Amino acid sequence: MSLSQRQLALLLIAPGLALVAALFLYPLFFSLVSAFTGPDGGFSLQSFGKAWELYSGDVVFTVVIVLASCFFTGLAAIVIAGTLTLGENRWIVGTLKALYRWPLFIPFIVAAQCMRTFLAKNGLMNNSFVSLGLIEPLQAVSFLDWRGIIATFVWKQTPFVALLLAGALAAIDRATLEAGRNLGASRIRVLIELALPQVMPTLLVALVLSFVTMLSVLSVPMMVAGSQPTMLTVDMAFRINAYGDYATANALGVITYLISAGAAIIYLRRGMAQEGAR
Amino acid sequence: MNGRAVMRLAAAARATLAAFLLAAFAFVLIGPLANLALWSVAERWYTPYKLPVSYGTRYWEQVFRPTGDAMASLGTSVWIAVLTVIVALALSIPAGYALARLKLPVRAFFMILFLLPQAFPSVAIYINVARIFYQLGINGTVFAVVLVHAAHGLVYSVWIAAAAFGAVDRDLELAARNIGASPLKTFFSVTLPLAAPGIIASGIFVFLESLDEFTGTFFVGVPQVTTLPLLLYNAAMGGNYQVASITALILLVPSVLFMLFIERFLRADVLAKVGA
Repeated sequence: MSLSQRQLALLLIAPGLALVAALFLYPLFFSLVSAFTGPDGGFSLQSFGKAWELYSGDVVFTVVIVLASCFFTGLAAIVIAGTLTLGENRWIVGTLKALYRWPLFIPFIVAAQCMRTFLAKNGLMNNSFVSLGLIEPLQAVSFLDWRGIIATFVWKQTPFVALLLAGALAAIDRATLEAGRNLGASRIRVLIELALPQVMPTLLVALVLSFVTMLSVLSVPMMVAGSQPTMLTVDMAFRINAYGDYATANALGVITYLISAGAAIIYLRRGMAQEGAR
Repeated sequence: MNGRAVMRLAAAARATLAAFLLAAFAFVLIGPLANLALWSVAERWYTPYKLPVSYGTRYWEQVFRPTGDAMASLGTSVWIAVLTVIVALALSIPAGYALARLKLPVRAFFMILFLLPQAFPSVAIYINVARIFYQLGINGTVFAVVLVHAAHGLVYSVWIAAAAFGAVDRDLELAARNIGASPLKTFFSVTLPLAAPGIIASGIFVFLESLDEFTGTFFVGVPQVTTLPLLLYNAAMGGNYQVASITALILLVPSVLFMLFIERFLRADVLAKVGA
C-alpha cells in the first residue's frame, strides 16, 4: 500500500494532535459542560449565579490587576526598547542591554518568591530606602497585596515585551527616524510619533500574550498577596481543593476564557481595522 | 556664564539623570534577586536588622543532604523533564516535518491548534485534566505530570521543529535523492542532521518549561509527585524562607544560562521562521 503525501502528513501529525485533543480540547469541553450543568443534570446558569455572587469582586480585581500590569509592562518596555534603539550614550545603552533581559526565563514562582522577600515590610526594598534616608523606619509598609502582584507581573513580563519591541524597532527604516531627528524633533517625539506607530502590531501581540499569561498564573497571587481580594486562579483552586466544587470553579474558568477572549477580540478588531485602512 | 558652559552643564545634568535612572532600574531588577541570595545564606534574620544577623551554609547543607527532600525533588524534576522532552520530541519531529515539508490540508488550523494550550487560561483546563486523570486512576503519577508538561510544551517543540525543517535547504535533499538515497535515508542522513540544532534548542526549551512548571503539577501531581517548584511553594508557604530561596536559586540557574545562550542555540534564520 502506498500513501499519498497528504495521508503521510496527516499520519505524522496525528500523534501530536491526539495529545492536544486529549489534554486540552477534551478538558475544555468538560469544563464547559460542567459550568453549564445544574444540580439536576440539565442546562442551567446556576453555577454562574453562585460564582458571580461569591466572586464578582475578584473578577473586577483580576481584570484591573491584569490591565494595570499590561499598561505598566507596555510603558516600561517602550522606555527600554526606545532607549536601546534611539539612545546615544553608548555606555547607558550597553548597560541597559546587558541588564534588562535577566527575568526573561525566570519562572513565575521564583519571581514570586523574590518579590515576597523584596517587597515585604522588612524586605530589602524598604531597608534600602531607610538606609538611604528616603523614608523613616516607621513609614515602611508591606507591598504584598495588589501592588505586589502588579510589580511581580511587570518585573517578569517586561523583558519579553521589550525584547519583541526592540526587535521590531531595530527592523524599521532608520532613514525616517534620522530625518525626524535632523528636522529638530526630540528623541522622545521621534519615538512616540515616528517609531511607535510602526511597531504597534508587535507591541499589541506581546501585550495580548502577556495578558493571557498573567490571567493564568496561580503562583504569584497565591504567594505574593494575602487571601482577599485575590485573583480568579486562586479562587478556582480554592473551590476545588476546599469544596470539590467543580461547577463553580468551571463557571469561574469560563469567565476567565471570556476575559481572555475579550483581549483577543480587541487585538483582532484592530488588526482588521488596519487591513481595511490599507 | 557663556553659552558653551551652559550647554556643558545641561549635558552633565542629563548624564547624571540618565545614570540615576539606570541605577534605579538596576536596583529594581537586581534587588529582588539579591534579596533571594541573601535569604539563602541567612541563618538568622529578623527585624529590625536590615541585613542577616548571622550568615552560614547550614540550610544549603540541609538542602543538599543526599537524603533531603530537595535532592529527591530535584531528581523527580529532572526525571520528569527528561521524559517530557522525549515525549515532546517524539511527537513534534514528525509533526514539524509534516508542517514544514508536506502538503498538509488546513495547515494554519493545525499550527493554531498546537498553540491553543498556551493561549488559554490554563488553570480552568488543569482542574478538569486532574478530574479526568483521577477517574482514570493516574492522578499523582509521574506519567500524568509528563503528559501535562508535554502538552504544554508541544507548541514550542512543534513550531521550532517546523521552523528548523523549513530552514533546511531543499537542494541538499534533492541532491541526496538524485544520487539514489531513499526518502527515509534522505531524511535521516540529510534533513534531520541539518535541522538538529533547532530541534535541540526546542528540546532545551521544553526541558526548562517542564522544570519550571508549577500550575499543572499543582493539580495533577499532588500529593505524590513533588517537583522543585512544588517544594519551593511548600517551603515558602510554611515560612521556611531559606529552603524556599535555595530552591528558587536552583531553578534560577538553568533559566539564566538559557537566557544568556539562547542566541547560540537558535540561529536567526530558524528564529525568523518560527510560527510562519
